Amino acid sequence: MAKIVVDPITRIEGHLRIEAEIEGGTIKDAWSSSTMFRGIEKILKGRDPRDAWYWTQRFCGVCTTVHSIASIRAVEDALKIKIPPNAQLIRNIIIGIQGVQDHVIHFYHLHALDWVDITSALKADPVKTASLAASISDWPNNSATHFKAVQEKLKAFVGTGRLGPFANAYWGHPAYKLPPEANLMATAHYLEALEWQKEVIKIHAILGSKNPHPQTFLVGGMSIPVDPDSQNALNADKLITIKRLLVKAKEFIEKVYIPDLLAVASFYKDWAAIGGGVGNFLSYGEFPDPVTGNLWFPAGAIMNKDITKLIAVDQQKVTEYVDHSWYEYQEGPGKGLHPWKGESEAKYTGPKPPYEFLDTDKKYSWVKAPRYDEAPMEVGPLARILVAYVAGQKESKEAVDMVLGKLGVGPAALFSTLGRTAARGIDALLMARQSLVYLDQLIANIAKGDFRIHANEKWDPKEWPAEASGYGWHEAPRGALGHWIKIKDQKIYNYQAIVPSTWNASPRDAKGQRGPYESALVGTPVAKPDQPLEILRTIHSFDPCLACAVHVTDATGNELVRVKVS
Amino acid sequence: MDRDDCTGKKQEGFSVAKMLEERGVSRRDFLKFCSTVTAAMALPATMVPKVAQALDKVQRPPLVWLEFQDCAGDTEALLRSANPTVGELVLDILSVDYHETIMAAAGHQAEANLEKTVKEFQGKYLCVVEGSIPMKEGGAYGCVGGKSHLARAKQVCGSAAATIAVGTCASYGGIAAAAPNPTGAVGVKEAVSGATVINLPGCPCNADNLTAVVVHFLTFGKLPALDSHGRPLFAYGKRIHDNCERRPHFDAGQYVEHWGDDAHRKGHCLYKMGCKGPATFHNCPTQRFNEKVSWPVAAGHGCVGCSEPQFWDTSPLYRRLPNVPGFGIEQNADKIGLAFAAGVGGAFAIHGAMNALRKDKEPTADEETKEGGE
Repeated sequence: MAKIVVDPITRIEGHLRIEAEIEGGTIKDAWSSSTMFRGIEKILKGRDPRDAWYWTQRFCGVCTTVHSIASIRAVEDALKIKIPPNAQLIRNIIIGIQGVQDHVIHFYHLHALDWVDITSALKADPVKTASLAASISDWPNNSATHFKAVQEKLKAFVGTGRLGPFANAYWGHPAYKLPPEANLMATAHYLEALEWQKEVIKIHAILGSKNPHPQTFLVGGMSIPVDPDSQNALNADKLITIKRLLVKAKEFIEKVYIPDLLAVASFYKDWAAIGGGVGNFLSYGEFPDPVTGNLWFPAGAIMNKDITKLIAVDQQKVTEYVDHSWYEYQEGPGKGLHPWKGESEAKYTGPKPPYEFLDTDKKYSWVKAPRYDEAPMEVGPLARILVAYVAGQKESKEAVDMVLGKLGVGPAALFSTLGRTAARGIDALLMARQSLVYLDQLIANIAKGDFRIHANEKWDPKEWPAEASGYGWHEAPRGALGHWIKIKDQKIYNYQAIVPSTWNASPRDAKGQRGPYESALVGTPVAKPDQPLEILRTIHSFDPCLACAVHVTDATGNELVRVKVS
Repeated sequence: MDRDDCTGKKQEGFSVAKMLEERGVSRRDFLKFCSTVTAAMALPATMVPKVAQALDKVQRPPLVWLEFQDCAGDTEALLRSANPTVGELVLDILSVDYHETIMAAAGHQAEANLEKTVKEFQGKYLCVVEGSIPMKEGGAYGCVGGKSHLARAKQVCGSAAATIAVGTCASYGGIAAAAPNPTGAVGVKEAVSGATVINLPGCPCNADNLTAVVVHFLTFGKLPALDSHGRPLFAYGKRIHDNCERRPHFDAGQYVEHWGDDAHRKGHCLYKMGCKGPATFHNCPTQRFNEKVSWPVAAGHGCVGCSEPQFWDTSPLYRRLPNVPGFGIEQNADKIGLAFAAGVGGAFAIHGAMNALRKDKEPTADEETKEGGE
């Protein structure tokens, strides 16, 4: 049996390596490994809990707001702080546009080249491309002139003989199925999306000074002041700019992203039966109502693809294993620990670099193996949409039914590589629309004369109890994200994060259960083992974010109370 | 300068300006871009023709972008760049032969692209590094393609015409190097001795400064002048405090006391909320972010000092700096940075005394550090 290695997996955040065994043109087994480690939680020990959002934000520069959100929520939970409505609404808008922008970048710039052969676009007829585009959308830029200009640019670029980031890819691979016109349309939108993303994310700059890494989060609220009568605060001028950008975001999703997604998917329906994965899904829910705190995207779990049953999430059932990860537990192997009581000490036992293969029978990744109720869970847009669908949330149900209807497939098609990619588009559509709702609520609240952005009562650490613990959950673009914190004497005593890509990129656990990437790869066809395009399709459908996934070491080491798992 | 392309053909007469023209970018737009980037380099407008002339001649030099212990924040900053946009940068100005986050090729084929550029353009390509380099455990804390980050850095940075360390991690080790530095993380300059390295710290670095360095290199054939921390003076030569739009409020003793208070809404000085602008050298107040939309102080949050070498281990975000001199425009990073490092590290007694003295008044000479008062 041939074992192949894909390292680096490109067009992702972070350092991911896949090893796979292929037999008869199909993947028989697979191993997911992350090859980079920093140890940020260990570094957090003893620091000011109010600073943790800034440090954990550096877990990842792609999903650049998500750890800040989870972190301030964890500290606010520990200190029992209730934030003002304006702060909640500003956070919701920041979360919404982060998800929308992140999904578009993923679809066009990280994932599209798995389905779109740019070189084929050179052969397209721009007039036919325009009529194809017109048949699916009334987007004004979809003219024959525009497509011709893009094609000319592409020709000039290829003519230089230096293809830069497009060099030496899998162009011409038999698994590419799109006609030249669809390839040209997608290429044009690849370039358009590049311009669009830097525009719409200016919302983060307005609300939070810059993107990536907006600097505006505070334990207890937000640091962007609100005052319609000040040029130094969130005023009418800034609010209307945000509105314009949110509308621009929504239009692009409705008129470009979703039509492209449906058009591309219609040529790859066989991928609705590939890449199913573990079949268990977890969502923490998102968008708290500023008054009631109720979540707009519901939380829940689905086991064994059973969409008749939604399971309530209990944070006590989250554990992490290190049997195949480069860490050691004091009580030895075979145990899963809850994050509040987790312990971990990095201990590399893999081959000395440079190496050809990892020893996948033993430990092979810097990612731990999180489990919910002992089961591996998939998280991300698919999990979020499925949970909302099963919960009967109106907007999600309508959007899912619309997409499934247009593709002419049933809900079972969602459990696949294609389903994961489609769910991300649905998620972007829902968040783009919902962000506008939160902006209107924010404007209405300011109009009432409420300018509060921060709960000051517990800003001074002297107001805190000697000890406190809390957790903060967030449905990040890539899925369920949790931060757990213990505070002692005004300092961080313990900090743990279990992030979306920790769930999805998980290696095997003590029982040998595969993680979601690994499971999804089993059964995937590979036409040419030296050009494993199909591996990229399934792995990219999860939108991996590996710097996030690897940072997990507890801050207290040996002092922790160990939990016994029978 | 003519150069072989990857097919071995000579690309005579090819230039960035010509290519832009072919792609429908007018001469006028080209010159506008030259003016913007010249301004970003803090060069006088009289230099615009020189920049334009240089770019006229240049032929998409190869650039490779390596990611080590990174978060891709600097890559994302690149995606937000506007002068030029990332599209122009990648398609027109440079030949970005290796960048894991954006490149189409994967696995062995991606590795082959890197090796090809390093071999064929030895001593001629630019290298950008994002993320720190872990030195412990034989390099096992960071590998790509089975090779350690250190081994890759030595090979690729060692043969580059110049290496641009983007962000605080690649410059000085950054967050991973904060105490207790579990992986032995360091910046490129420390990891690869002998490499020509310029540091663009910041978390993330400002893409405008990266573009300006690249253009400076293409225009003048060398790197710009640096301070003792390896940072270009055009972007890090001035203190944030001295260019801050809220400086008059500091001088007038008007401070924000609580988040969301009247002073905060009116845009008064954030010094008491922990702003590190008085100890930080960076062009954020003038260059700003996301096409000059904003920067931290303008959005109501103090500067955290992210472009200073010891940033992650100096002081908590919201603790106010001790010993802030009232006027210090004549100071540079080499003098004043030391004073603050010492102040933050050990002088909390002075800090307390100063709080008592300050009471919303302009600082007196007694409160100034020796260096600051000179």
